[in-house]
Amino acid sequence: MSALAAFVKKEFLHIFRDKRTLLIIFCMPIALVMIFGIVISTEIYDAKIAIVDASSGIRAQQLIEKINASNYFKIVSHLRSSSNLEEIFRSQNIKLAILIPQNFDKDFQNGPPPYIQLIADASDLNVATTLIGNITSIVQAFVEENSPPSASLPPFQITTRMYYNPEQRDVFMFIPGILALVLMIVSAMMTSITLVREKEFGTWRLLSSTPLPSPIIIVGKLIPYFLLSAINSCFILGLATSVFGMPIHGNPFELFLVCLLFILTSLSLGIFISSITHTQQAAILASMVGLFLPTTFLSGFIFPIENMPAWLQPIAQIVPAKWFIEAIKRMMLKGASLQHVLTQIYVLAGMTVLLLTISIRRSRKQAT
Amino acid sequence: MVQIENLNRYFGAVHALNNVHLHVQKNQLFGLIGPDGSGKSTLFDILATLRLPSSGKAIVHGFDVQKKASQIRKIIGFMPGQFSLYQDLSVLENIRFFANVYGVAFDESFPLIRDIWQQIAPFKHRLAGKLSGGMKQKLALCCALVHKPSILLLDEPTTGVDPVSRKEFWEMLQTLKSQNITTLVSTPYMDEANLCECIALIQNGKILAINSPAAITAQFKFNLFGVQSTRSNMLIKQLRQFEKTQHCFAFGKTLHLMLKDFSMTERDIVEFLEKHGHKNVAVWRMKPGIEDCFIELMQS
Amino acid sequence: MSSPSIQAHNLVKTFGNFTAVKNLNLEVQPGEIFGFLGANGAGKTTAMRMLCGLLKPSSGHATVAGFNVSTQTEHVKKNIGYMSQKFSIYDDLTLKENIQLFSTIYGLTSAQTQERMKQLAIQFELEDKLKNLVSTLPLGWKQKLAFSIAVIHQPRIVFLDEPTSGVDPMTRRQFWEMIADTASTGTTVFVTTHYMDEAEYCDRVSIMVDGQIQVLDTPQKIREQFSAQTMDDVFSLLARQKKTNPKQIL
Repeated sequence: MSALAAFVKKEFLHIFRDKRTLLIIFCMPIALVMIFGIVISTEIYDAKIAIVDASSGIRAQQLIEKINASNYFKIVSHLRSSSNLEEIFRSQNIKLAILIPQNFDKDFQNGPPPYIQLIADASDLNVATTLIGNITSIVQAFVEENSPPSASLPPFQITTRMYYNPEQRDVFMFIPGILALVLMIVSAMMTSITLVREKEFGTWRLLSSTPLPSPIIIVGKLIPYFLLSAINSCFILGLATSVFGMPIHGNPFELFLVCLLFILTSLSLGIFISSITHTQQAAILASMVGLFLPTTFLSGFIFPIENMPAWLQPIAQIVPAKWFIEAIKRMMLKGASLQHVLTQIYVLAGMTVLLLTISIRRSRKQAT
Repeated sequence: MVQIENLNRYFGAVHALNNVHLHVQKNQLFGLIGPDGSGKSTLFDILATLRLPSSGKAIVHGFDVQKKASQIRKIIGFMPGQFSLYQDLSVLENIRFFANVYGVAFDESFPLIRDIWQQIAPFKHRLAGKLSGGMKQKLALCCALVHKPSILLLDEPTTGVDPVSRKEFWEMLQTLKSQNITTLVSTPYMDEANLCECIALIQNGKILAINSPAAITAQFKFNLFGVQSTRSNMLIKQLRQFEKTQHCFAFGKTLHLMLKDFSMTERDIVEFLEKHGHKNVAVWRMKPGIEDCFIELMQS
Repeated sequence: MSSPSIQAHNLVKTFGNFTAVKNLNLEVQPGEIFGFLGANGAGKTTAMRMLCGLLKPSSGHATVAGFNVSTQTEHVKKNIGYMSQKFSIYDDLTLKENIQLFSTIYGLTSAQTQERMKQLAIQFELEDKLKNLVSTLPLGWKQKLAFSIAVIHQPRIVFLDEPTSGVDPMTRRQFWEMIADTASTGTTVFVTTHYMDEAEYCDRVSIMVDGQIQVLDTPQKIREQFSAQTMDDVFSLLARQKKTNPKQIL
C-alpha cells in the first residue's frame, strides 16, 4: 500500500534529519556496551597485595609464585612479619595481605590442614569481596594440585564448578541487560517521542481528517523503529560475541525471534506512553521514570532480583525487561531453546497485547 | 453541501456550540467570523470528523458526521488552525506525502493548485519550518487541495499573517470558486468578511447572524454617526452619557455613535457636544460595516 | 520641550550576511502612540528587540528613555514595559497573584504594589476578577492583565507586540481605550499590529519593508500621500512596489 510506504519513508526522513535521534539510535548502543563491558567491570586485575611469609618454606614459596603468576594480583611488598602491616596498608595502598604462618610447610605435609590468614581493605567492600574470592580459588587449586596422593584428605571436600560462565565474566551478565536497555530506548522512548510529536505539531489531527485509518498511521511510524531495533539487537549480539567472546549456545535464529518479540513489547510500551502524554517533554520524562529506572534497577540487570526486599520482588515481575533478560541469558549461556523459555515468551506476548488494548481504548475515548 | 441543525457541543460545563444552524450551498465561499474562543474551531473539528457533536446533526456532502466519517474524510480538504505540516520535511516532501496519504499522485499541472504551486515552487526544497508565515499557509492550502476535495475546510488560515499575504491568500480562495469547490473558512478579521459570499457571525458558541455581508449590514438596527473632535479622549466619555446613545466606540480617530432613535440628526449631536464645550466637532451619517453589526449583535 | 522617549539613528542589525534592519531612523515623543507596521519578516520584531535592549545593534545608535540601548540595557529595561502576543502571564495564578509577582520582579515595595493594584483595578476595571485564576478567563481579560503588568512599574515607554490578535471587535476597542488612557498620562506607547485599521488609533505610524522604514507620518497624511482610502490600501501599494523586484519575494 502506497500510503504505508510513504509513511515509512517520511519517518526515515525524520530520523535521518535529526542528529539527536541518530546519535541515540546508533552511538548509544556502542557506548553502553563499552561502558558496561570494559569500564564498569567488577573484575579486578593486578590488585596490589602484600605477602607476609613467616615460614620461608618451599611450599609457601610455590604458593606465592602461583599467586604472582595469576594476573589478578601484583605483589608489591614481601614481609617476614606482620608487625608493620598496617603501615604498609596505608603507605602502599595495598588491598589485601596474605599471611602464611610459620608451620605452613609442615602442616601441608602432615596436617592439620594448612592455615592461611587474609587481611583485606574493607573500605571498598566490593573490591575486598572480589579479591578474597579470587585468592581463595587460587589457594584451593594449589592445595588440590600439591596434596600428595597418599595424604589424608579432609573428610569431605567441596568442589565448585561454575557452569555456563566458568570464567565468571560479568560482561556476560551485562550484555542481556544492555540489549534490553537499548531496545527499550530505541523502541519505546523514541516511538513515544515521535508519536507525541505528531500530536504536538498538530499533524496527528490533520492525518485523522484524512481517509487514512489510524492503525496505518501507527504501523507506518513503528516500522522504521522496528527495523532499527532489529538491526541494533544484531549489532549488540555481534559485539558481545566478537569483542567479549560471549557464546551463543542456543539457536541464534530463535534468539533473534525473542529479541523481535521484546521489540514489539517495547513498541507497545511506546504507544502506551504516547497515549498518556501530550508533549515530547512529558513523553521523555515518562520514559525515564517508567522505563529506564525499572529496566536498569528492577530487571536483574544490575541487582539480582533475589536480593531485593520481599515487597519489591513482585514489582520486578511486571518489568518486561526482567523476562527478556531471563530468556536471553538462558538461550545464550545455557543453550535453551524456545520451548525452555515459553513462560517468558507468554509473559512478554501477554504484556504486548495488554498494552496495545489499553492504548487503543484510551485513544478511542479521547476521540469523542 | 454542509447542513448543520441544532448542533450542540459541550466540554464539561462549557457550552462550546450552542444550537447552531447553518447551511452552506454548493461552490459557495462561506465565512465563519468570530473572535478566539467563539467556537469556530470546534465546529471545524466536528465537520472534519475529529470530534463528535454532543447533540444535533451535521451533514457534509450528504454524509452524517456521526455515521459516515470515513466517506467524509475522502472528500474534504482540511487546514487546521495550527500549522500542521512536517517542519523538518521540505515543501515538496510534504506535498508528496499528503498526496500519498490520499492515494493520489501529485500533479503540478492540475488547475486547482497550479496557481498556488507557482508561488511556492521556487522554495520547493526548503524545509517547511523555514518558510515565512504567508508561504506556510500557501503550502498548507496546497496540501489540503492535493486530492481535489469537493469541500475545503480552512480554520483561521490568515491569522497572524501580514495583510499582504492575507490578501494574496483570499485571492486564491476566490479562484477556487470557479473550480467547483465549496469553501468554509473562518477568520477573526472582520474586514475579511466582505470577501465571502455568505457569512455567519459567531460569538460564545452562538450564531449571531447568517447572510450575505451586504444583507447583514442592511439589517443594522441603529442610527449610525461618525464623530470627530479635536479633544477626542473626553469625547467618548461624554457621548456615552448622551441619553440617546446605545453604543459608542472608537474606530481609529473616528468615533462610531450608535443611536436608538432614528429621528436624531447630525445637528442634535453637535448641539449636545457644544453644550459640553466641544468646538470643531464633525458629525456625519455613516453606513455600518461588519464590525458595527458585530458589536450591535453582540450586545443584543 | 522634553526630550524624545525613543530616538534611533542609523540603527542596523545584521545576522550573518542578512541585514534584518537597515538604517532605522525614528523619534517618538512622550505620550505619543506610535504604530510600527510591516509585513511578516520585514524586521519589526528585530527592531523592537533592539529598542528593548534585548538585542545588540550591529551599528548605529539608539536611546530609549534617554539611555543607550547597547550600553545601558539595565536602565533601559527598568524604564520600559513589554507585552508580547503570547502574554508572559501565569495561567495557574490569579490576576492578583500575577500582578503581585510582576511588581516584585520590577522591584516595587509591597506598599507600592498595593497602591498600583488599586489604581489599575479602577482604571482598567479589573476589580471583580482579581481573585479569579487566569486560565478561567476569556482572552480579552488576559490582554487586560498583560497590559496592566506591562505598565505596573509606571514605565516611561510601553512596547506592545501585536497585543490585540484574536479578540472580538468590542474587546479590541476597549483595549485601545486602555492604550489611549495610558498615553494621555504621558506614557509613550510603541505598538505593532496586523490590523491595518488599528493604525488609525495611532498618532503616527511607520511602515517597514525589507528592514527599512518606507513611510513615517500621521495616518491621515500617509493616506493622502498615497491617495488611498485606508491604511490597508497603503500597505498593499507598498507591497506591490516591492514585488516589482522579484528577488525580494518572501
